[in-house]
Formats: sequence, C-alpha cells, structure tokens
Amino acid sequence: MLRGWQLYTLLLLPLAYLIVFRYFPLYGAQIAFKNYNLIKGISGSEWVGLKYFNQFFHSYEFWRIMGNTLGLSLYHLIVSFPFPIILALSLNYVANARFKNLVQMVTYAPHFISVVVMVGIIMQFLSPKTGPIGGLLGLLGVDAQLPNLMGEPSAFKSIYVWSDIWQHTGFSCIIYLAALSGIDPALHEAAVMDGASKLKRMRHIDFPGILPMAMILLILETGRVFDLGFEKVLLLQNPLNLRSSEIIDTYVYNMGLKSMIPNFSYASAIGLFKNVLAFILIMTVNRISKKAGQSSLW
Amino acid sequence: MEIAKIKNAKGDRVFSFIVYLYLAIILVIVLYPIIFILSSSFSAKDAVTAGEVVLFPVGFSLEGYKAVFDEPAFLHAFMRSVGYTVVGTLINVVITILAAYPLARKDLKGRGLFMLLFAFTMFFQGGLIPTYLVVKGVGLLNSPWALWLPVALSIWNMIITRTYFQTTIPHDLLEAAQMDGCNDYTFLWKIVLPLSGPIIAVISLFYAVEHWNQYFNALLYLNKPDLYPLQLVLREILVRSQMSTDYMGETADAAKMLGLAELLKYCLIVVSTLPMMIVYPFVQRFFVKGVMIGALKG
Repeated sequence: MLRGWQLYTLLLLPLAYLIVFRYFPLYGAQIAFKNYNLIKGISGSEWVGLKYFNQFFHSYEFWRIMGNTLGLSLYHLIVSFPFPIILALSLNYVANARFKNLVQMVTYAPHFISVVVMVGIIMQFLSPKTGPIGGLLGLLGVDAQLPNLMGEPSAFKSIYVWSDIWQHTGFSCIIYLAALSGIDPALHEAAVMDGASKLKRMRHIDFPGILPMAMILLILETGRVFDLGFEKVLLLQNPLNLRSSEIIDTYVYNMGLKSMIPNFSYASAIGLFKNVLAFILIMTVNRISKKAGQSSLW
Repeated sequence: MEIAKIKNAKGDRVFSFIVYLYLAIILVIVLYPIIFILSSSFSAKDAVTAGEVVLFPVGFSLEGYKAVFDEPAFLHAFMRSVGYTVVGTLINVVITILAAYPLARKDLKGRGLFMLLFAFTMFFQGGLIPTYLVVKGVGLLNSPWALWLPVALSIWNMIITRTYFQTTIPHDLLEAAQMDGCNDYTFLWKIVLPLSGPIIAVISLFYAVEHWNQYFNALLYLNKPDLYPLQLVLREILVRSQMSTDYMGETADAAKMLGLAELLKYCLIVVSTLPMMIVYPFVQRFFVKGVMIGALKG
C-alpha cells in the first residue's frame, strides 16, 4: 500500500516553512546570549552569558517599559472586556430584524479599517486645529483651547484603549451572539410562563448562558497581556508621548532595527525575555482555563 | 422573537426602550467619526484646514479626490497592494490546506508530534530580531517574497481548517474512495476541496484582510519606495505627515499640495478604506462563520 507516504509529501512544504521561518529564528534567538557580530554570524559570535539581560534589568528604562506594557495591557483588558458582552446581550433583545442588522453591520465595519488608517483617523480626529472636537464644543458654546492629546503622555493609554473599543467591540460580540443563540429557547419559554420580565431573563438566563464563554475568553486574554497591538502602538508613538508609549515590543524595534547603532543582541535579549514571560503566563492560564472549563459546567 | 411578544408588561417596555436607546447611542458613536471623515473629504480645503467641518461638508468640493486620482503614485501603490494581497493569499491558502489536510487525518502516524510542532510556534517565537536575521539571511530583503513567505501560514487558520475537515468530511467517504483505488492526492483534489468551499472562503478572507492591512513587514523588509504597499505610503502621509517626491512623483506641485495636505488625508482615508467597506457586507457571513469554527475548537 502506498497510502501513508502521500500524506507526508503534502506536509513537506508546510514543514519547510515551519523550519525556516519559525524554528530558525528560535535557533537564532541564541544571539541574546552572545555578542552578535555580523561577520562572525550567529554560531561564530562569542558567548557573553546573561550580560544583555542584566543590562536590560539594570537599565533605568526597565521599570518604565514594564510598567507601560502591563499598564496598557491591563487597562485595555479590563475596560474593553465588558463592551462586547453588553452589546450582544442588548442585540439579543431587539425584535426589529432590520434595526438589529443595521447595528451589527455598522458596529462590525470599523474592524476592517487598517491599523495605519485607524491611527490616521485618530490623529485627524484629535487634532486641536482641524479635528471636530473644537467645533462640537463650539456648538455647545464652549470656546476652549484644546490640548494636543497626541503629544500628551498621560493621554496615550486612553487614546489607545478607547479607539480600540470603538474599532473592535462590534466584531468581538459575534462570539457572544453565537453563545446566546446556543441557549435553549425552552428556558425562555418556561421563564415567560413563570412571569419573568425581560430584565430578569437577561440576568438569569442569558447572562449565565454566556458566562462560561466570557470566563474562557477572559482567561485567554489574561494569558496574552504581553501581546499588545504592537503595530498600533508604534504608529501612535511620537517623541512627545514616548514616556508612556514605549512598550517592550517597540523598545525591541527601536533598539534593534531603528537605532543608528543597532544592537541586535541587546534587542534579542529583551525580546526573548518577553517571549519567555509570555510563554510561562499562557501555559499557566491555559492550565487554569482547563480546570475552570471542567468545573464551569454549571 | 415570538416569546418576546407574548408578555408586554410595563417593565418590559421600559427595558426595550433602554435597549433601543443604548443601541442608538452606540450607533451614533460608531457612525460619527465615519461621517466626519466623509464630510471633511468632500469639503473645501480652507474649511478643512480651519477646522470648520463638524457634521456636514463645508463648501462642497471634490478637489481632494481629484488630487488623489490625479496622482499616479497612489494608484501604483494601490495596485501593488492588490497584487501583494492576491499572491500572498494564494500562497497562504495552498500552504494552509497542505498542512491542514494530513493533520486532519486520524490515520497519519506521528500526527500528535506534527501538531505539537506546529502549535508550539503559536506560543513561542524567536522574536523580531532573529526573524529579521532569517529573512535577511535567505536573501528576501527588498523583495515582495519578504511579504509572503515569512507569513505563509497562520497556525490559527490552519487549525480551523483542520477542524472543518475533521467535522465535515466523513471517514466513510475516504474508505469508499480508497476501495475504488483513489489515492490521497486525488481524494484531496477531487473530493475534499470541492466540499470545502466555505472554509476556503473564510481563510482566504482572513488572510486577504491581513495582507491588505499589513504595513510592518513592509517597513522592516522593504526600503525601496517603488516596492511600498499602499499602507506604507499611507503611513508616510497620514501618520508622519510627510509627502515626499518618492510617493508623489515629480508632478506634484509642493506648494499646491501643502494647502491640500489636510483635505488630502481625509480623501486618502476614504479611498483606501472604501474597497473593504464595499466588499465587507457581502462577505460578512464568512467572517462570522470563521469566528464560529474557531470557537468550536477553542
């Protein structure tokens, strides 16, 4: 029988991809422990142990960057989490199909705006000179001098988080709508018989119905706190807000590739440090989620 | 819903009113920035520069759009992006199916090991710098292949494709085909693929959006402006407010462009996002489906 080998030949190309673009970089990550020299190459450069890790841990920027990364991430996680749930619960009680479709259509749409254009929109919108905020306040009779929010370090995190909520809430609610549609209609019928109001049904049927899904998503998101929207942060970053917008990923990029004197080893060490942290975190929460998944069959 | 109509107590009416009000507010919040951008793009350049636009166009004009379409550089970048997206997506889909099908087959020996090999790279990567060094090492810098090969396979998309194969292609079908002397290649080509239209549509869209919106890999790997995808050109103009002759061509009259700069940004946002917004209502259900299959697995 010649059956077995054909399947393996199908896997050849994907495996080649995996080795070259996924596992070679893992091998190359050893430059974090070496003094990488372009001419000597990865294996030829000499070992320096944890030198670059120590350099990062003792750098005056270490705590600021860690604080920014975790601060932005947790802010995003906590604030943005409830919105899709509320949207899904509300949509579920809209009897008018056309209105429901309209809301879904409109709220999903921003998800497809590219990150570059999204940041462009944010900048136009927040511009004190040409943005609409001055005009809107003008309509209310307020004639205020608007600050340049893009240059305000304290505003950076909020800009990032709230624009993300604007863009992705609609799309994120799909998964909750799916969970809601999986709820047995008999539950609702029985509740109506017993004279339960809509609010009560939302509270006692729908909400518990999507809670397991919400918990799993929350746990998984927690495991990904180091995985920020790096591309968006990089675009929103400017010299004025750098103090609060420099996160691990942008620091790696700025140190390793953008800098005039790029230090590949130092940047790799920071990147590796982050990846190890993220890996430990995701494995831990995965374990928790598995346990929660078993016990969450209430 | 039928049940909702049965009971219409006063409390429920209040509840429904709040739900509709809430959704209407959401609708306004999501729509307002979009309307503002659209209105600005149709306004006179002086009104835009002075920040007079609040809701409706001020001094209706098509000057901005005329400038955008008069500028061959944008059109070229646009066409390049179309090309990058089409070829990139094609590569993605082929590699994804080649990986997903064998891994969906329970009779593949070593399946667990292969899955682990693939899945591991989802959680642990070499990092930005080592990946850059690999791309550089295999000679892809300043080549369109740098936009295609490093992202040739998304493990997540591979997993949802595999889930789809496992749940929709019955094992009996394979056995029957094998009785008739059908080998694995013909089975995949003649039977699996024709049955997999929906999942191919889903992953093609996921990949295509990814390619179309991507700017960071181009920023890393390409430094010849005549290779730049649209998003990178947009980044220069929208985010960095730079209009270099590299993108504008020699024809651009600098002084004239300066006056148009703000207006041009709005028009660019609209023109570059429009194709997606036109296509998306027709393909929305595929995105929803993709999320569902993902949830099934997750």
